[in-house]
Amino acid sequence: MSVMTQEEPAIAVSGLRKAYGDNVAVAGVDLEVRRGEVFALLGPNGAGKTTTVEILEGYRHRDGGTVSVLGADPEHADRAWRARVGIVLQGTGEFDDLTVGEVVHHFAQFYPSPDDPAAVIARVGLANKARARTHTLSGGQKRRLDVALGIVGRPELLFLDEPTTGFDPEARREFWDLIRDLSAAGTTIVLTTHYLEEAEALAHRLAVIADGSLVAVSTPQALGDRQNAAATVSWRTAEGTVERKETSTPTALVAEIAAGYGGEVPGLTVTRPTLEDVYLTMIGHR
Amino acid sequence: MTAVTQTPAAPGPLALGLRQGRLEVKQFARSREAVVFTMAFPAIMIVIFASIFSGEIGGGVNFTQYFITGMIATGLLSVGFQSLAIQIPAERDRGVLKRLRGTPMPKWVYFAGKIIMVLIVGVVETAILLAVSALFFDLDLPSTAARWLTFLWVALLGISACTLLGIAFSSVARTARSAPAVVTPVALILQFISGVFFVFTSLPSWMQHVAAIFPLKWMCQGLRSVFLPDSFASQEPGGTWELGKVALILGAWCVIGLILCITTFRWTTKRDG
Repeated sequence: MSVMTQEEPAIAVSGLRKAYGDNVAVAGVDLEVRRGEVFALLGPNGAGKTTTVEILEGYRHRDGGTVSVLGADPEHADRAWRARVGIVLQGTGEFDDLTVGEVVHHFAQFYPSPDDPAAVIARVGLANKARARTHTLSGGQKRRLDVALGIVGRPELLFLDEPTTGFDPEARREFWDLIRDLSAAGTTIVLTTHYLEEAEALAHRLAVIADGSLVAVSTPQALGDRQNAAATVSWRTAEGTVERKETSTPTALVAEIAAGYGGEVPGLTVTRPTLEDVYLTMIGHR
Repeated sequence: MTAVTQTPAAPGPLALGLRQGRLEVKQFARSREAVVFTMAFPAIMIVIFASIFSGEIGGGVNFTQYFITGMIATGLLSVGFQSLAIQIPAERDRGVLKRLRGTPMPKWVYFAGKIIMVLIVGVVETAILLAVSALFFDLDLPSTAARWLTFLWVALLGISACTLLGIAFSSVARTARSAPAVVTPVALILQFISGVFFVFTSLPSWMQHVAAIFPLKWMCQGLRSVFLPDSFASQEPGGTWELGKVALILGAWCVIGLILCITTFRWTTKRDG
């Protein structure tokens, strides 16, 4: 189906710049998203996530840099390119007096080989709302409708801009399963989020963006060299105070302490920096 | 080629346009306020006018016969210009336009949908207006095929100009909330200076000149040639119905509206960059 080779990345960005007046939103971003991967763009509000993604989607003009998405410059994208790209924008679309079924059917017909609208509606968990007017939906349900519209054209590449805003925990888990299914079927997915656990649960790789620049690109596990970071071992001493030691060899330290106690060490914990610790350090909040 | 999947063949461009139109009509029909006000407003206006001015305008012609032309024209203006210039910013604010823009939908399909909706609503609304006027206020419907033909092209050209200008004007309002405030005065002023509420030639001449720039005056004038006796032509500013000029100026506004639509239409809000 695709004219691209497997080696060619789905998205290649270099030196991307965008300013709104004096406010620099994106300050020289280099990025590569491989085919078939789930790539998360993580960052606080106002970091430049949406600007970056909307340039990749062809909604915004850039001031500088080169951008290639599925082999084309999104600024000059044609209908054939649009048919291969699915978009779930930030915020919810309001279709007022139309029903969920009508909207999904209507969008499906714009694509050359769409998915079955009823199946898509069921997939996003709106089967019992198919005949409901969209203005009667809750915020989370409207978001599911947006997701349905993003995937109904069976895209090769799917953009999701903060997709789970307004979801309850259960809905978020269901959504994660949907993303894993789409990924397993070969869809390349670019996801922006400010939920760390979402990035950790879904992404093969993630980029942390702060003040318009990428501060890290990594797998969630290796972010900020987390695996090799010093561990903190803490335990309760005989006097009842808590002792704390940072070490790069926690196993040896625990063995030493255990030998001293001749058995169980009271209140023993061994911790490494969490993804959140690493992330907050990166975006300059710690 | 044999069908091996459940997926139906992708509809052709024409079918897409028609389906967009069907969706627009469906949406219109479901918003009850819009239906009642758009459909009934011109008819209510003619009831008021015919009740206030129950006499003759002269030459055995009653006032209804004169004011029906303004009411038809203003009905088309409200369906084409006002409703679109208010509705489209609302759809832009609600993110509908941005979402459509992200699909492979050809851009013109969206406009085709609006035009189909406007045409259908315009026909129904005009028919209601004519029926009420003929049944209750002694309106004489056009008596010759030639007059019906004039009626048809003036109405069609007029509603086309209004529709295209309504789509073009939809980019003026920054938000859905400001749209009615931007659009309503324009429509209201045009109605006053174009001879919808008064006999056109009784207006000050500078006002007549200003009105002559805009389409509504020419729609009214063209419709007067349909509903008034030929003897009334001499009372027009030009001394005749000037049907050639009517066609030319309405046509010119269609072209201007189309160019504005193509060059200035916004699919996203200002804050979308």
